[in-house]
Amino acid sequence: MATTTVTPKGDERLVEASLLKRLLSRPELGAAAGAILVWLIFALAAPTGFLSLRGAASYLEVSAQLGILAVAVSLLMIAGEFDLSIGSLVGFAGATTAILASEFGIPLYVGAIVALVLSLVIGFFNGYLVIKTKLPSFIITLGSLFIIRGLTIGLTRLITGRTQVGGLDDFAGYAFMRSLFAIDIPIAGVGFSISIFWWLLLGAIATWVLLRTQIGNWIFGSGGAPQAARQVGVPVDKVKVGLFMTTAFAAWLLATIQVITVKSADTLRGEQQEFFAIIAVVIGGTLLTGGYGSAIGAVLGALIFGMVKQGLVFAGVDADWFFVFMGAMLVIAVLVNNYIRRRAEAARK
Amino acid sequence: MSGKGNGTTPLIEVRNITKYFGSVIALNGVSMAVRAGEVMCLLGDNGAGKSTLIKTLSGVHQQSEGQYLVEGQEVHFDSPRDALDHGIATVYQDLAMIPLLSISRNFFMGSEPTKGRGLFKRFDVKFANRVAKEEMAKMGIDIRDPSQPVGTLSGGERQSVAIARAVYFGAKVLILDEPTAALGVKQAGTVLRYIAQARARNLGVIFITHNPHHAYAVGDKFTILKRGRTFGTFTEDELSREEMVRMMSGVDELDALSHELQEFERTDKLQGEGMMSEVDHALAKSLEESEHLFDPKKDNEHPAQ
Repeated sequence: MATTTVTPKGDERLVEASLLKRLLSRPELGAAAGAILVWLIFALAAPTGFLSLRGAASYLEVSAQLGILAVAVSLLMIAGEFDLSIGSLVGFAGATTAILASEFGIPLYVGAIVALVLSLVIGFFNGYLVIKTKLPSFIITLGSLFIIRGLTIGLTRLITGRTQVGGLDDFAGYAFMRSLFAIDIPIAGVGFSISIFWWLLLGAIATWVLLRTQIGNWIFGSGGAPQAARQVGVPVDKVKVGLFMTTAFAAWLLATIQVITVKSADTLRGEQQEFFAIIAVVIGGTLLTGGYGSAIGAVLGALIFGMVKQGLVFAGVDADWFFVFMGAMLVIAVLVNNYIRRRAEAARK
Repeated sequence: MSGKGNGTTPLIEVRNITKYFGSVIALNGVSMAVRAGEVMCLLGDNGAGKSTLIKTLSGVHQQSEGQYLVEGQEVHFDSPRDALDHGIATVYQDLAMIPLLSISRNFFMGSEPTKGRGLFKRFDVKFANRVAKEEMAKMGIDIRDPSQPVGTLSGGERQSVAIARAVYFGAKVLILDEPTAALGVKQAGTVLRYIAQARARNLGVIFITHNPHHAYAVGDKFTILKRGRTFGTFTEDELSREEMVRMMSGVDELDALSHELQEFERTDKLQGEGMMSEVDHALAKSLEESEHLFDPKKDNEHPAQ
C-alpha cells in the first residue's frame, strides 16, 4: 500500500502479531486451557471411571444441562445484561407442561408449546422492564426470579395440592417428546443423552450468530457501548429484549429435557442454575461488563462444570467440595481472563 | 491552505438559531454556513454554546427558533439518524467505539455488509476487513490487521477510524467534536491531517475546538461563539491568531496573564521598544510557546529578541 509512507509513526505498528498471539487474544482461550487442565486432573485422579466412555457420557450430560442455559446467557451477557430468572423459569416451564397434561389432559407436546409461549412472554417482560425502567437487569431479574418461583410453587399447590407432578410417561405424547428430548443415542455401545446434542447445537448456532451475522455485531455493540451503537443505528433495545427471550427459550428447553427425562416435574427444579450459568459464562471468557465474550467459551465453561461435578464423584471425593471448587474456579477465571486480555492487547500494540 | 469552498449553496446553513433549555438561553441567534471543501472551525470557550450548536446540527436537539437549511432546503431533524440520512455525520469526542471489538466490526457497526440469503445471510467478514483497510489507507493510515481490537489503536488513529467510517457511509458534512482535545501534540497533528484529507475529498467539515493553534492549522473559516452568540465568521486573512485568542477569551487570556506575571522582567525589557502593550507581548509569547510544541527545535529561540 502506497500510503505507508504518509506518516512517520507507521513504525509503531510494524510488530507483526503472531498466530500464537492472535490465539491468545481469543476470549475462550482460558476456558480451553482450564478444560484441558481439569480433564488431566481427573484423568489422573480417577482414571477408571472418568476415562471410560460411560464416564464421558455422564459428565457430558451434566455439562449439557448447564450448557444449554450458559450458551444463551453468554449472548445476553455480551449484550451487557444479566438474567437471574432462568433458574425459576426452568421450574415454571416444567411445571406448566406437567400440570397441563396431568390436570387438563392436554398432550405433552401441546403443553410444552404452551409453556414455551409463556416462557417467551416472561422473557419479553424481563427485557421490556429492563429497557423501560432503565434499572439494572440484575435487579429486575432478581425480582422475577422470586416472583416466578413463588408463582410456580403457589399455583402448582393450588391446582394439584402438591409441589410435584409425577408419572408423565402415562400421558399422551410422551413417546414423541421422549424421542426429541430424552433418548440416549448409542455411540460405541454407550448411550449418550440427546441433551448433549442440543447443547452442542445451541453452542454452534450461538457462535455462528455472534461471529458471522449482523445481529452478532449488534450484540457486541449493545454491550460494548450502547449509546455509541444507537448513534450508528443499532436497535439496541430490540437486541436486548430478543436476548432475554433467548435465555427464556433456553430455560424452557432445559425444563422440557428434564421433565421428559425424569418423567416428573418439580417446582424447585432449576434452583441456583442461574448462578452456575453465569459462572460457566465467565469461565468462558465473557466480561461481566459486556461487549466481549464467546459462546464457545460458555460451552467450555459448562464442560468444566460437568467434568468437575462428575469427576469428584468418580474420584470418591465428597460432593460437598464441589461448591468450593466452582467458587474458586470463578474467581481464578476472572483473574486469568483479565490477565490474558491485557496481555493480548498489549502484545498487539 | 487549499480549497476555499467552491459551491455557492452551503451544504448546511443555520440562520439566527436560538435554543432555550427552560429559562437558560444556550444559543442566542447563531448564524453560520459550511460549503463543500471547506473547513469551518467553530471556536469558543467552555459554555459558549458549541456543544448545543453541534447537537442541534446533528439532530440531537431541535432549535427553539431559527432556520436550519441543508443544501438550501429547510429541514427538521427528529433524531441523529435523520441527520445521518441527510449526510451529516458527527464524530463525538468519546468516539463511539467498542474498544475490544475489531476495527472492521467497529467500522461497520450498524451497517454491516452481508452476503447470502435467508438463513444463510451472514456478515461478510472479508469484505468488511478489506473495505476497512482500504478506507483507512485513503486516510493515510496503513492498518496491518483490520481484525485487531480498536483498543490497540492510538487516540488519533481511533479518531481517524471514526472519520473514515463517516466518509465511507456517504457523509457530506463532518462534524468533529473536539477531536484533538484529549490528544498529545503528535496525535493531534495526525488528526489535523485527516481533516485536511476530508476537505480534499470535497467534504464540508465543522471542526470544533478551543485550541486556536489547531484551528489555524487547518481552518478556512472561523466562527467564534461567545455566550451563545456568534461573534462573526472570519477567513484566515481577516483574523490573526492573536485576535482569535482574544475573541475567544477565557482560558487563553488567563494563560497569557500568568505568563505576563511570570515573565515580568523580560516583558519589561521589551517594553522599551514601545508599540506593544504588555498583554500583547504575553499573548505573542504564549502563542510562540505553543508553537514550539509542534517544532521542538525552536525551543531556545525567542522571537521578540
